[in-house]
Amino acid sequence: MLIDALLLQLGYNATLVAIGATLLGVSAGVTGTFLFLRKRALVSDAISHATLPGVCLAFILMASFGGDGRNLIGLLLGSALSASAGLWCLNWLTRNTRLAEDAAIGSVLSVFFGFGIVLLTVIQTMGVGRQAGLEGFLLGSTAGMLWADAMVIAVGGAVTLLLILLIRRPMTLVAFDPEYAAARGLPVSKIDMAVMGLVMAVTVVGLKIVGLILIVALLIIPAVTARFWTERSDHVVLLAGLFGGLSAYVGAAMSASAPNLPTGPIIVLMSFALFLISLLFAPNRGVLAAILRHFKFQRRVHLRQGLLALAQGQPIYENLTLRLLRKGGLVRADGVATDKGKASAAKALRDEHRWAVVRSDQTHEAAAALYDGLRKIESVLTCDQIAEIDRLIGGPQEVPA
Amino acid sequence: MSGEEFVPLSLTPLLIGIFAAVACALPGNFLLLRKQALIGDAISHVVLPGIVVAFLLTGAITAGPMMLGAAGAAVVAVVLIEAIRRLGRIEPGAAMGVVFTTMFAGGVLLLEQTDTSAVHLDVEHALYGNLESLIWLDAVGWSSLLDAQALAHLPVELPRMALTLLAVTLFIALFWRVLKISTFDEGFARTLGIRTNLLGLALVITAAVAAVAAFDAVGSIIVIAMFICPPAAARMMSNQLEGQVAWSVGFAVLSALLGYILAGYGPLWLGAQDAVSAAGMIATVSGVILAIAARFGPCRNRSGAPVGV
Repeated sequence: MLIDALLLQLGYNATLVAIGATLLGVSAGVTGTFLFLRKRALVSDAISHATLPGVCLAFILMASFGGDGRNLIGLLLGSALSASAGLWCLNWLTRNTRLAEDAAIGSVLSVFFGFGIVLLTVIQTMGVGRQAGLEGFLLGSTAGMLWADAMVIAVGGAVTLLLILLIRRPMTLVAFDPEYAAARGLPVSKIDMAVMGLVMAVTVVGLKIVGLILIVALLIIPAVTARFWTERSDHVVLLAGLFGGLSAYVGAAMSASAPNLPTGPIIVLMSFALFLISLLFAPNRGVLAAILRHFKFQRRVHLRQGLLALAQGQPIYENLTLRLLRKGGLVRADGVATDKGKASAAKALRDEHRWAVVRSDQTHEAAAALYDGLRKIESVLTCDQIAEIDRLIGGPQEVPA
Repeated sequence: MSGEEFVPLSLTPLLIGIFAAVACALPGNFLLLRKQALIGDAISHVVLPGIVVAFLLTGAITAGPMMLGAAGAAVVAVVLIEAIRRLGRIEPGAAMGVVFTTMFAGGVLLLEQTDTSAVHLDVEHALYGNLESLIWLDAVGWSSLLDAQALAHLPVELPRMALTLLAVTLFIALFWRVLKISTFDEGFARTLGIRTNLLGLALVITAAVAAVAAFDAVGSIIVIAMFICPPAAARMMSNQLEGQVAWSVGFAVLSALLGYILAGYGPLWLGAQDAVSAAGMIATVSGVILAIAARFGPCRNRSGAPVGV
């Protein structure tokens, strides 16, 4: 059943939802990346909650003029208007008062959402009796999606992607270093507004599929996930689009394959699954990689200390050190150094002396700064320099008893 | 309006609303100053999965297990946010966004998967509560306040909310000095030997307790609004922590009172038939108060910033 769904074999509506969701996921992931890199991820929370009063007002207006209150384009227009009002309030509060951005986000989202709920109850009592569709905007509802709705989402997603393609460079610059961008003459606040405008567009387009509470997840989670895999911003953008699209596609297919699996939450949980995998297994930034790095470092320290102890004829009691030395063929089972071990130990001790010379000599200041007790001296100095240092140290001396 | 009408229909929801608002606004002051204002938002989202899991485990809608489930979910969320922030080296806002949306999605999914048609448990209820339904049917007028038999049938939310408010107030009062020091200068607090991490966690747990109790009675939207709006408005009114807390309590009470009255009677004054959502109206009123304070409050500017910039 799930295979059928993934191959778009579950009928017209399911296919429509899957394609629409994928487009939305891609554009949300790409847009969210800039928000995340700018460290303003939760602004999307305020924007999405601020859409509710607009949706309700648009419905009331359209219904009271005798039209169909559920015209998607009208509702989306209303939501865009009230989201921009919310965004304006948010910017005004952070700029003109002492409130920090998090407090401004919280107040905008709660007040707009509260007002939206007041309007929802007004609609319930208006006696129009056809308001069932509106609650779908809270958590998304894909059951009755029409061709026209899918087209709105597709066109919205495509326009968003195109705009991002056009202004991706200034947006990246502002995200990384707003002061530098301002010094270069870029209009930082306008670019910030453009990012927010794109976020708003994605939010509005996504209302129908995942709903206003969960669209935040589509904006934040793919970007955070992508950040684990690469250090390059353009790759983060591409990966975030990929992860967003993938989780939306698989999520939509899964929700179509069985009853009682609402699309929005499944998509969010899918993207969280991708996030979890990345958090654990990503190279370099992942948890597993960090643990492996730690163990590798621990082994290097133990081996080094063990060799120095061998060179100075001190007994070694530490189990891990002994095991590592034995495994490297440096000591025999009874703890006596092999020939190879003696050679390595002598080299380690000599390197230590070489480092001591390097660190006491002002002319080697740059090289000395790299000393951490583990670094090979050959990776810092040339053969000639090392030969010069060896001349200063002189030949092998007897170890003092 | 006469006592016969007011006491049974409006007195208890009004009191519950006020208690909930103040219980949330008190810890909200410290969260706001510590730049953790959105913790309230996150907690109120994750309460839903907690309640659903508690329902799945016990099979009934009873207050005790649900409160435990919700509080448990809040603690899990706080721990998860911290873990993701540290393990993944992600900024706190994004870590919060990842955790609370996922847990909320999980809650919605669980809710859809279980058969809750027999009980009153749905997402809308969780979001905006049902303050208006907490009426006191046994009351006949003001005299019922002295009538032991009628008092025995008070809605259970009222004493529970009052107790929560008492507990929150006690926490704030007992730890006032250390909270104040560690909020404004965490490094200094640590040199005095204050366990700032533990205190921060205790504050978040207190906020969670207030949120969960209020959530049970009035829904999550009031919780978020009351955590942030009254303290934020109070921040514009005073430069003293004492003054800020006092203003925020005043604003919280005012929002609850005005919001409830406007929701219940406002539409009637405008000629409409039915009341609107009290929870939403309380949030709206608190927003209006914040807007007025942000425009005219005496301390609205950042200290040191030139006026008019």
